[in-house]
Amino acid sequence: MKALSAIYTIWYRNVLKYFRMKSRIIGSLGMPFFFLVIIGFGLNSTIAIPGMQVDYVEFIAPGIIAMSILFSSMFSGVQLVIDKQVGFLKETLVAPVSRLHLMIGQALGGATTALMQGILVLVISLFIGVNLPSISGILIALLFMFLIGLSFTSVGIAFASRMEDTHGFQLIVNFVLFPVFFLSGALFPLDRIPGWLSFLTYIDPLTYGVEGIRYGMLGVSQIAPVLSFAALGGFLIAMLLLGSLLFNKIKI
Amino acid sequence: MELIKVEQLIKRFDDLVAVDRVNFAIEEGEIFGFLGPNGAGKTTTLSILSTLLKPTSGKAWVNGYDVETQKSQVRQSIGVVFQDPTLDEELTARENMDIHGRLYGMKHRREKIDALLNLVELDNRKNQLVKQFSGGMKRRLEIARGLLHEPRILFLDEPTLGLDPQTRNHLWDYIRELNQKKGVTIILTTHYMDEAEKLSDRVAIIDHGRIIALDTPGALKEQLGGSMIRIESHESGKVSEKLSGLQWLSNLNAHNGYVDVTLQNAEKRIAEVIKALNDVPVESVSLQIPTLEDVFLSYTGRTIRDQEASARDRIRQRRKAARR
Ligand SMILES: Nc1ncnc2c1ncn2[C@@H]1O[C@H](COP(=O)(O)OP(=O)(O)OP(=O)(O)O)[C@@H](O)[C@H]1O
Ligand SMILES: [Mg+2]
Repeated sequence: MKALSAIYTIWYRNVLKYFRMKSRIIGSLGMPFFFLVIIGFGLNSTIAIPGMQVDYVEFIAPGIIAMSILFSSMFSGVQLVIDKQVGFLKETLVAPVSRLHLMIGQALGGATTALMQGILVLVISLFIGVNLPSISGILIALLFMFLIGLSFTSVGIAFASRMEDTHGFQLIVNFVLFPVFFLSGALFPLDRIPGWLSFLTYIDPLTYGVEGIRYGMLGVSQIAPVLSFAALGGFLIAMLLLGSLLFNKIKI
Repeated sequence: MELIKVEQLIKRFDDLVAVDRVNFAIEEGEIFGFLGPNGAGKTTTLSILSTLLKPTSGKAWVNGYDVETQKSQVRQSIGVVFQDPTLDEELTARENMDIHGRLYGMKHRREKIDALLNLVELDNRKNQLVKQFSGGMKRRLEIARGLLHEPRILFLDEPTLGLDPQTRNHLWDYIRELNQKKGVTIILTTHYMDEAEKLSDRVAIIDHGRIIALDTPGALKEQLGGSMIRIESHESGKVSEKLSGLQWLSNLNAHNGYVDVTLQNAEKRIAEVIKALNDVPVESVSLQIPTLEDVFLSYTGRTIRDQEASARDRIRQRRKAARR
């Protein structure tokens, strides 16, 4: 009971702060929007996806949703570093609450806000021509979106636990997030690529997230949804453990 | 009843001994002050007592709980106002309080939050973002927040650092009021003598991690042999002669045109001293009441003010150290 209330408190603070930062919400919709509209429509007539009866815009929409979740997830890590810098972290560390619960609250809070960003992009994609999926399809997509959010929020927390200022996040965005995004099969189909690239896509956890959302939204995917779920779930557990471990080691 | 007990506490950071074999006990209802220069080990001691740092060796109990093995109970018993700010400035005063209350599992927060904000005179600003607050207002909010879960013990680390004299006086009043009206035991650290002296029932003077003296401010000063009267005169020899007959002088010291006499209750006896001088010509008479600064000086041969590097620099240094 006490644990739940602590987790809820940290979650609540993250969500409260999310809704207060309207400019952040709008701002982080910019990139997904341009990807969808410019790349999606720009290549729509040029590219046909073999073996799938879908437009290119429809094909990349799940990838762009995953992208917005991926990038939003990092914000939870940034928030943690800011909390360290402004001292707020101490206020939570000295409360009669275990660090594991603080970490879980932070991860759930970050995942929730990232999920909301993803839902906004999903809605945008429906407006620009992606067909409305079935209810069960939407639920499957939301499940995978949440799993992506929670895993990468945990990655952000793991990084943040070792960092003293937010400059490091620029590096993470360039050297972790962009590769993870571009390798994920968000923009291209997974068969017909050279072997070395194929290898990299299959070890990229986001690939399974994108494929899961794709299955939910389009009803077709290249990787079986059960397999995607297992792979992403495994990655999530590993990242939650890593995040908790490093969060536990934060020195003040 | 002893609310805090510390035995042979040691904290090392690599080679540096930040807290060195410290022993003390604090009674319920006390205001206990730690006075010492920058880097003396005050914050480190409080961090150990508030379970944020693990001692290298030694034992400490807060409210009867062991700080190493009963962290959760210790944390529930204490409120902490850290040296560096710990508010979420992007939230309002109310929201900061509310999140604190939730973290401490409080069910009926609303009335208590209002009452405490009222106590620190922030009730009319409770819905304002904290980043718009002045330094003094932020400090008052932190104190109110630290009290929300009704701890028996409140730790105040440099509560008035960087505040103007008027705000400091104001805060002192709050602290006294809390102690008297709510019966909260208070442990504060400071490197301001006046703060230690005016607020504390007992003061521990700490330097290089060691407690070098611990007593009531009055008793500490009395150890110096009381206050001093300084008489300036061309004929200091005659002055010494006249005064040497007075039984109640504890010390007499003549040096280049001055005669310094130490005695208890100097302010009451100054008239008698002047009378005893009779017709010896005197240029000036001044009364010097000792401060805790003099106590520190007598123990260490240095003044606290000598060492008062800007506190901000300290904070920066510590951050760097923590990064390593
Ligand atoms: N995390 C740390 N790593 C290394 N050294 C530390 C650490 N924290 C404190 N110290 C060192 O321990 C000593 C005591 O520091 P502490 O912060 O307890 O002093 P203080 O009495 O609170 O000083 P101030 O008045 O500046 O706040 C200092 O020399 C400081 O540099
Ligand atoms: Mg300090």
